[in-house]
Amino acid sequence: MIENLRTEVEQICKSCGNDRTKMMDIVRQVQEKFGQVSSEAMDVISQSVNCTRVEVESVVSFYAFLSKTSKGKVVIRLCNDVVDKMAGLTPVAEAFKKELGIDFGQTTPDGKITLEYTPCIGMCDQAPAALVNDEVVTYLSTDKVKELVADIRKHYDPNKLKHRLGDGNNATDLVHSCVHNGIRKKGRVIFSEYKQEAGLRNALAVSPVEVINEVKNARLRGRGGAGFPTGMKWQFTRAAEGTKKYILCNADEGEPGTFKDRVILTERADMLFEGMTIGGYAIGAESGILYLRGEYAYLRKLLEKVLKDRRDKNLLGKDILGRKGFNFDISIQMGAGAYICGEETALISSCEGLRGDPKTRPPFPAQKGYMGCPSAVNNVETLCCVARILEMGAAWFAEVGSKGSPSTKLLSVSGDCRLPGVYEFPFGIKVSDLLKEVGADDAQAVLVGGPSGQIIGPNDYKRTICYDDLATGGAVVVFGPERDMVKIAAEYMDFFVEESCGYCTPCRVGNVLLKKYLDKILDGKGEPSDLDFLKSLGESIKLTSRCGLGQTSPNPVLTTLKNFRSAYESKVKPAENKFQPTFDIKKAVAVHESIANRKSVIFTE
Amino acid sequence: MSDQITFTIDGVEVKAKPGQTIMQAADDAGIYIPRLCYHPELTAHGSCRVCTVIVNGKPQTACTQPAAEGMIVENDTPELLEHRRNLVDMLFVEGNHLCMFCERSGNCELQAMAYRLGILAPKYPYFYPDKPVDSTHKDIFLELNRCILCGRCVNASKDVDGKGVFDFVGRSIDKKIAVNSDKNLKDTTMAVTDKAAQVCPVGSINKKGTAFKIPYGSDIEHKK
Ligand SMILES: Cc1cc2nc3c(=O)[nH]c(=O)nc-3n(C[C@H](O)[C@H](O)[C@H](O)COP(=O)(O)O)c2cc1C
Ligand code: SF4
Ligand code: SF4
Repeated sequence: MIENLRTEVEQICKSCGNDRTKMMDIVRQVQEKFGQVSSEAMDVISQSVNCTRVEVESVVSFYAFLSKTSKGKVVIRLCNDVVDKMAGLTPVAEAFKKELGIDFGQTTPDGKITLEYTPCIGMCDQAPAALVNDEVVTYLSTDKVKELVADIRKHYDPNKLKHRLGDGNNATDLVHSCVHNGIRKKGRVIFSEYKQEAGLRNALAVSPVEVINEVKNARLRGRGGAGFPTGMKWQFTRAAEGTKKYILCNADEGEPGTFKDRVILTERADMLFEGMTIGGYAIGAESGILYLRGEYAYLRKLLEKVLKDRRDKNLLGKDILGRKGFNFDISIQMGAGAYICGEETALISSCEGLRGDPKTRPPFPAQKGYMGCPSAVNNVETLCCVARILEMGAAWFAEVGSKGSPSTKLLSVSGDCRLPGVYEFPFGIKVSDLLKEVGADDAQAVLVGGPSGQIIGPNDYKRTICYDDLATGGAVVVFGPERDMVKIAAEYMDFFVEESCGYCTPCRVGNVLLKKYLDKILDGKGEPSDLDFLKSLGESIKLTSRCGLGQTSPNPVLTTLKNFRSAYESKVKPAENKFQPTFDIKKAVAVHESIANRKSVIFTE
Repeated sequence: MSDQITFTIDGVEVKAKPGQTIMQAADDAGIYIPRLCYHPELTAHGSCRVCTVIVNGKPQTACTQPAAEGMIVENDTPELLEHRRNLVDMLFVEGNHLCMFCERSGNCELQAMAYRLGILAPKYPYFYPDKPVDSTHKDIFLELNRCILCGRCVNASKDVDGKGVFDFVGRSIDKKIAVNSDKNLKDTTMAVTDKAAQVCPVGSINKKGTAFKIPYGSDIEHKK
């Protein structure tokens, strides 16, 4: 058995060139094969790729989909995002527990099925949803859970699960998934008809600098959240010194409530790879990497096939489309369950086979990125925009939208609305107009930009969605009148507590403290002074954190404190006696009473 | 003149050599910027965030930010003092920093920083972690409940000792230091003479037989 493990793990390492930087691929394969990356496997890996064993453990222990201890052949990961909770997660979770006879975090006694929670898997428009290994199951109900578990027990093979098929490419053999695209509104850029490869042909007919200028003229800004001008990013990367350069596509889409990149990857993979190839040409890269979140592994076969077809058509490879000397190819790097890997420097760390820790900046990726080489990291939607800009021209692209935010944006809308799904709207749309469109008449609050964005109330519905007002990477979550906004804030803090990489003090410790104080308030033990406390702590976390995660993680608390202050105020009250409300004197003296073997004469019932 | 950078810290003009960080330039100029994870002989880690300063209006850590011509750095301000106190408070409650029972008391950089910032007792609730103490090594014991995840031991062991005895495992609040063995410190190549044994700022990596070595009154905070 042990010898068997050694040879198989050695084989896996060898197939990855015994290359330490391929650590993610190695540990993912070992996990898949053995249901764990055991202590023995870590030893073998460290010997094969020549690193310390604690370095292997360092990586394995970072990612939620990897584990040192043994997991079942089938792992059910139920998404516990806020939207799933609103869609009836609790009875579904109970049903799983009942059908499997285990609690979350446990494996059935026969060692075959593991049950876990996982944060947002990008299926908010069809919640509650879960992953069964790589397969996605959606619209869960207690009945469906019953059927699902019975089905799994027949074969313990997620590929054989019986389900109806989703629309579009979800129904193809390569995806074979029940996921719905949920495209509600097609705009002019991403989901309209387009002339495939026209953008690439136009790009290759001019110089890389001209391509960058066209992107600059279109005033394209990053669609991943930060909104950095794409043309400028490419100019820096092109100008940076280095013989090798890389373009990385960020398909980590982890921000709770965001699922628009999922739909692009399903229906517009060619457009994405076209944009990426144009980017490679513009910055002078020969390699591109698509960093695909582990949760979207069900799309991998489709994406690999699209890449293969593109190679066959000389859209990738050597002297692309006859352009002498332009060689470019794209590979896929799978993630393994870590929201932080969507942060561009953490994404690079992960591609390098490291923990998904963000890197110290400077140097920035454009100067020293993947493997120390100048790299441009771009969002999926951004790269699609590039393909369209090169096809139709900068002027066409910027025709719609607002002044500082030209063109359209994909919005992933979910929560308390009748028509959840993906909408492509010109920038500058008013929140109130958006709410009408998605069938949300009585929204108490709207989350714009995911939990790292803002939670706004009706006073702000006249504001617009664009970079200069309400910026968003795409997530819009609607909350109806009956939702408790303090509880919602606390649930989003759970997410950040879980997903902090743990590198820096404020984010690692501060978020836990914010959550503790919110729980205290929800528990009816909060005092008015706790509200100032939350604010001061939140501001310290924002100001001192090392990366965008910590710099935005207090936002659910700070924006609800500002916009839903009364929800907090109704829950706090001054302490009745001289003790802190959280301090239970009777409980505190109980231990001593038991030691002294007599009751306290002062603090009796 | 291009090999000389001039900038200001709290209005005082400071000169830096190209490639120097704000921290290095400040140290050379005799201006103190509070810090915890930073160690002058090791790669800057930038994890404690105590050396956060405001550079041209934006927060940056002095230990990682290169000095640049004309930059305006704010260091000793009431706002930053408050943020730094909050950070040190967080580190206190995250671990079991009960100074009166700690053999490093008086020789601890976290304790000294608390005194310096005027913290008498942490304002947050203690987390009380419960990690096992590793006293298997003949010369060293690990009390990781006091670790502030500064990364000094990791970098020292990798870069100076060339051993890689330590690394981080886990993430979020569960992130912690682990040793390069499935067992204990004694099963690694760690030696008491290693750089990694000299650099821990707190009572987490300790040499045996040195408890309470620094007499009160001559400890770090009284010297400064
Ligand atoms: C915690 C965190 C998570 C992020 N997740 C994503 C993501 O999933 N997808 C994405 O495109 N950008 C994400 N970003 C933003 C990236 O760091 C980066 O700005 C972006 O990929 C750049 O591409 P763009 O300029 O095309 O938007 C994230 C940032 C942070 C701080
Ligand atoms: S803010 Fe700090 S702890 Fe949080 S994810 Fe970024 S580097 Fe990690
Ligand atoms: S053990 Fe000491 S040196 Fe190592 S990370 Fe923790 S506090 Fe720093």
